[in-house]
Amino acid sequence: MLQGKDVLGMEHMSVEEIELILETARYFKEYLEDKTKSIPSLKGKSFVNLFYEPSTRTRTSFEMAAKYLDAEVINFNQKISSAAKGETLKDTAVTIQMMKPDGVIIRHSTPGSAKFLADHLHTPVINAGDGTHEHPTQALLDLFTIKEKKGAIAGLNVLIAGDILHSRVARSNIWGLKKMGAKVSVVGPLTLIPDHIQHLGIDVYTDPEEAVSQADVINVLRVQLERQQKGLFPSLGEYNKFFGIKAETLKKAKKDVLIMHPGPMNRGVEIDSIVADSTRSAINEQVTNGVAVRMALLYLITGGESSSENLN
Amino acid sequence: MKTLIKNGRVVDPSQDIDEVMDVLIEKDKVVALGRDLRVYDARIIDAAGMLVTPGLVDMHVHLREPGYEYKEDIQSGTRAAAAGGFTSVACMPNTNPVADNKIVIEYIKSRAARGCGVNVYPIGAITKGLEGRELASIGGMKKAGIVGISDDGKPVMNARIMENALRYAAMFDLPVISHCEDSNLTEGGMVNDGLVSTITGLKGIPSEAETVMASRDILLARRTKGRLHIAHVSAAMTVEVIRWAREIGIYVTAEAAPHHFSLTEDVLRDFNTNAKVNPPLRSKADVEAVIQGLKEGIIDVIATDHAPHALDDKDVEFDRADFGISGIETAVAVTLTYLVDAGKLSLKQAVEKLTINPAKILGIDRGTLRKGAIADVTIIDPRLKKKVDASAFLSKGKNTPFDGMELKGWPVLTIAAGKVIWCAGGLKEDVKIHAAV
Repeated sequence: MLQGKDVLGMEHMSVEEIELILETARYFKEYLEDKTKSIPSLKGKSFVNLFYEPSTRTRTSFEMAAKYLDAEVINFNQKISSAAKGETLKDTAVTIQMMKPDGVIIRHSTPGSAKFLADHLHTPVINAGDGTHEHPTQALLDLFTIKEKKGAIAGLNVLIAGDILHSRVARSNIWGLKKMGAKVSVVGPLTLIPDHIQHLGIDVYTDPEEAVSQADVINVLRVQLERQQKGLFPSLGEYNKFFGIKAETLKKAKKDVLIMHPGPMNRGVEIDSIVADSTRSAINEQVTNGVAVRMALLYLITGGESSSENLN
Repeated sequence: MKTLIKNGRVVDPSQDIDEVMDVLIEKDKVVALGRDLRVYDARIIDAAGMLVTPGLVDMHVHLREPGYEYKEDIQSGTRAAAAGGFTSVACMPNTNPVADNKIVIEYIKSRAARGCGVNVYPIGAITKGLEGRELASIGGMKKAGIVGISDDGKPVMNARIMENALRYAAMFDLPVISHCEDSNLTEGGMVNDGLVSTITGLKGIPSEAETVMASRDILLARRTKGRLHIAHVSAAMTVEVIRWAREIGIYVTAEAAPHHFSLTEDVLRDFNTNAKVNPPLRSKADVEAVIQGLKEGIIDVIATDHAPHALDDKDVEFDRADFGISGIETAVAVTLTYLVDAGKLSLKQAVEKLTINPAKILGIDRGTLRKGAIADVTIIDPRLKKKVDASAFLSKGKNTPFDGMELKGWPVLTIAAGKVIWCAGGLKEDVKIHAAV
């Protein structure tokens, strides 16, 4: 179903594809927890990590995923590559194409750049974050985490808290969650929430205490200091006071509310440590799930069997 | 040399004409209009089934010369104009060097004189280097032949400078063509601020960025009695403020570009850089308001904002792609398809906005088939259906979101000063055209 396909975003991914990825990832997660389990090998396959933006987590996660499958990963680091010499993305794409990799993983600051790369490549492209557009593997690992913790996604109330305007994680999560039947709402300062989000069927809140009351899951987004410099909110302190997810914010929340964060966290800004480190938090597990989901994707796009049954 | 254009449907709003008749041209002038003109020594152009209009006037094009000849030059740009049915174009000053002094204006005019016969009317800069700080040599450029001033592509952010420009240009009877954009609101923006920016994550350009500046300039026009012309109206609220200004008697004219009355932001859902344009393609409600503005005469002019770019300027990541659409070769077909065929505007209204209205604003003696006028004539086949083929454009700029779309109503023959300068299928002296069935 996914063999040879690009993974550019959740907007155009089908429910069947999402289910297949989550199902396959479940198998790989078992391996991560018990390394004696045997898994299929992608020996001889090679992937290029084309990262135009600084990233440790996502890049390492893809790298680990590939290594566990015996595949090679070549890191193409912007700072030491020809991009620094002024080569265009189009030419870089063609150059990489000619080296015959089995997949290209791109992180870039421009929305649409993953699609741009895919338009110029025959090789499958995986979007590891294109500007403020999409970050599908993050959404998939979030869906995986929710499903694992809550049993099912359909019918859940998921609250996304923070800077929605600049968040690719929010956009990908919104598509993915809605496709899987969850109800999505957002909370944050209105300067960081696009007006038109309501046309996607999303409820908008500005008061976290009110917003959390119905939530089964709260996904807290990172807020960046530069947004303050752009005049979008007055200070990190005020942000924490009015929009941060704190112990007292959760007083009205459901007892079993699941707390997630894509990382890296600004403790004391968008999330307080007491929440991040609580038993309700799946933040650390999300990292493991990220590797499992990325293993599943690499496996499936390079022609792994199309159902997890075949893995056993 | 006489040319008789027979049996066409002559649409000339400058004389309130819309009827089947003949047009007789002698040398470079229109000498007679009437039914069944009998002339024995004339070349005959059979225009039965065709529309015959005054040569079209496009008051907003970018010919890119001097400085950006790899995108377009005066030769290619005027040939593209002729193929689009235009016999007169006014070119914007954002060249390199900027057309902010008479030397550059004279250069453009001398290059145009060796062109394909399309009249080129330069527009001078409002401010030196388009920097928005000091007035350019407006008087000197007027003497060299400019027909208006504009910092098009950039706003004049300083209200005092804009006020001075309106006051100063009024002495020379020049329109000030305002590119309305509050650059604080547009900073980093790439598409309309709306559903598509929300979904794609591309930074939005709110429509208020245009309306805020249009409102400011209208108030300054009231204060200065200047001749304000609002370029490329894209937003519903801009139409509303122009309507208000007209109602209370402030002098202001306005134009809209074909892409702003035909396409919405939806075409940007898949990051098509050929649809990246400034002002951006907006919502359906904005498109409808622009059409309503055209219909009510609040928007006087259809102008293309022809902005040709090279492939390398567009086949890049979205944020790196240049703004602009190569539009002069599709303007007639888009207008006829989306406005006239769709029943929004009468043919006469559409032709008025492509001929006499822009000619009046620019103060040029074109856009009419009056007896004695220079014989600029456009012949259009209103039934011809054709798919847009950007690769066949005469313009160097193949950047169009209309590529591959079928449109109905295309120019088939263009005459400037009595000479056929373009004909569908190539340049021919003895022309015979047939209506599409």
